This record gives sequence, C-alpha cells and structure tokens, in this order.
Amino acid sequence: MHTVAATHDERKAQYFWVWGALLILTGVEVFLAYERFFQPVRMLEVLMVLSVIKAALIIAYFMHLKFEVPFMRFMLMAAIVACLCLMCIFFADAMRILSLGVK
Amino acid sequence: MADAAVHHDIAGVYEPSLFGTYSKKIGMWLFLASDSLTFGALLFAYSYGRVSNPSWPTPFGKESIINATIMTACLLSSSLTMVLGVLAAHRGDKSRTRNWLFATMFFGAAFVVLHGMEWSKLIHEGMTPFTNPWAPSVPQFGGTFFTLTGMHMLHVTIGVIYLGVVALRKKFLPVLLLLWLIGWLATPASNVFHLGVHVLLIGAVVAAMVLFLHPKDYDSHDVEVSGLYWHFVDLVWMFIFPLVYLMSTRV
Repeated sequence: MHTVAATHDERKAQYFWVWGALLILTGVEVFLAYERFFQPVRMLEVLMVLSVIKAALIIAYFMHLKFEVPFMRFMLMAAIVACLCLMCIFFADAMRILSLGVK
Repeated sequence: MADAAVHHDIAGVYEPSLFGTYSKKIGMWLFLASDSLTFGALLFAYSYGRVSNPSWPTPFGKESIINATIMTACLLSSSLTMVLGVLAAHRGDKSRTRNWLFATMFFGAAFVVLHGMEWSKLIHEGMTPFTNPWAPSVPQFGGTFFTLTGMHMLHVTIGVIYLGVVALRKKFLPVLLLLWLIGWLATPASNVFHLGVHVLLIGAVVAAMVLFLHPKDYDSHDVEVSGLYWHFVDLVWMFIFPLVYLMSTRV
C-alpha cells in the first residue's frame, strides 16, 4: 500500500516537473519570437525543435506512451512521423513558386 | 448439450490485444493517429502558403501574442489537471477525479473564450476567409488561418463536452443546454459565434444519444481515454502557436 502511494506521489511530482518545463519552453519561444532573435528561416528551425521537444514531453508523460509496451510506442510513432514527413514533399513546390512564379 | 457448447475450447480463436492494453485505449490512439494527419495537412497547407508568399501578412501585435501565450498556458495547465484527474481515477477517488475534470474543463473553456475574442478582433479589423487588410495579394491567409484554428477550437469544444459527459453523465446535459442558450443570446447576431455556438447544441444532441442509448458508469479507463484526447488537443496547439502566431509577429 505504501509503495502504491509512493508511486502516485512520484508520478504527481513528475507531472509538475513536465508542466513547468513546458511553460518554460513556451516562455523561451515567445521571447525568441518577440525579440526577433534569429532570421526567419533559423527562427522557424529553432521554434520547430522546441515544439517537437514539447510534443515529446506531452506524448511521453501526459499521454503515458513512455509506459506502454515498446511495440506500441514504435508502431504509433513510426507511422505518424513517417506520414507527416511525407507531406513535406509539397514544400519543394512552394520553393519552386518562390523562384519561378505560379505556372 | 448446452454445457458442451459453453465449454468449447476457444482459447486459440481470440488473439491477445494488439498492444497488450485494453481496446478503448487502442481505439483512441488510432483515432488520434488519423486526426494528427488531418491537422498535419492543415498545418502544411498554412506553411505552404507561408513559404510561397514573401508578402505573407504579420497581423499579430503585442496584444495578440500576449493573448495567445495566455491561451497556451491555459491548455498546458489543463493538461496538468487532466493527468492529475487520471491519477485520482486510478486511485479510485471519484470526487477528486470529478474536481480535476472540472478544472480541465474550466481551462478549456477559457481557451475557447480567449480564442473567440482573438477571432472577433481580427474579423473586426477586416479579415475574412477570402480577404485580409494587411496583404490583399495573399487572400489565402484568412482561409488557412480560420480553417486551422477553427478546427482546433472545434476540437477543444468537443473535448470540454466529452469531459463534461465523463464527469457528470446525464446531469451535464441541462448544463450544456443552458450554456448554449446563454451563448446564443449573449452574442450579437452580427458576430460569427452567434452561429458557431450551435456546436454546443449539436454536442448536446450527440451526448444525449450516447448517454441514453448506452448508459454506463464511466470508470478510470474512460477517464484515461478522455485524457488521451485532451492531451492531443494540447499537443496540436504546441505546433499551431509557433507556426501561426510566433512566426507572424508584428512588433
């Protein structure tokens, strides 16, 4: 019984740490964007890296995927990430419009 | 004979669960995987327009950024209260679970209200799905912005209704109908949310169908599954906030 209560307390503390980290990362994002710390392309890269870290924290701890079986972790994440990455193929066309115009 | 039928050896007929967990959770994860592709497509549509148009508008000033940051804090805090609710549910503490769910609903509702105010401000400045006053040569800004953020706002609203149903079951229906009525009467007829608030009425009808056709007492697994949906809504905003707001600041 004591072990269960201790595990719950550990989990609760972990959730507060994750929440704090997410708030701090959001603050960093806002600061960087507000101060225009980087050029737009570099800014996009930095913001996306920070967003992926935040997303990973939410998926791993709040959605408990870290505590699921490895097969489930791999199947879900590999499928979603692969599909989302495939969408990036369209960006080549967006760059073409920039240099060649709409044809 | 009947006993013989009951004692058939069926152990090999049913395979074990795909991911070694209960089916409701797997179902929700598969739904979220498909929903992430919907949001992915909307985010990429917005980003495609952004990349291919050097004159993409930057309408979000200091006030909008502060508003969007508070909205982000609301969603992050709602995720914390949700996960604490799941923890309380696993402990079997029903009263505390319900209170954490109420806190989550409060933060979610605050997010929707703040987002509605932001939309109203932009519409008042002359933004529509087809035009915007900052860059007339980029008409797709309004369309992609409203579709992306509107879809997210709809998900948050559905999430609040979902949590309300899990927390209060049939008792939530009159509350939802009252909120719909107040929202409908309180918003001016010229405001886009005068029509948009009917989402609550549709939500009440769907919730009533679920609650009356399949009445049950929601357990800790149901709370956990509703939590998965809620965290996903939070997760999507972690990409919308920097891509839409922070990359289009007007400081």
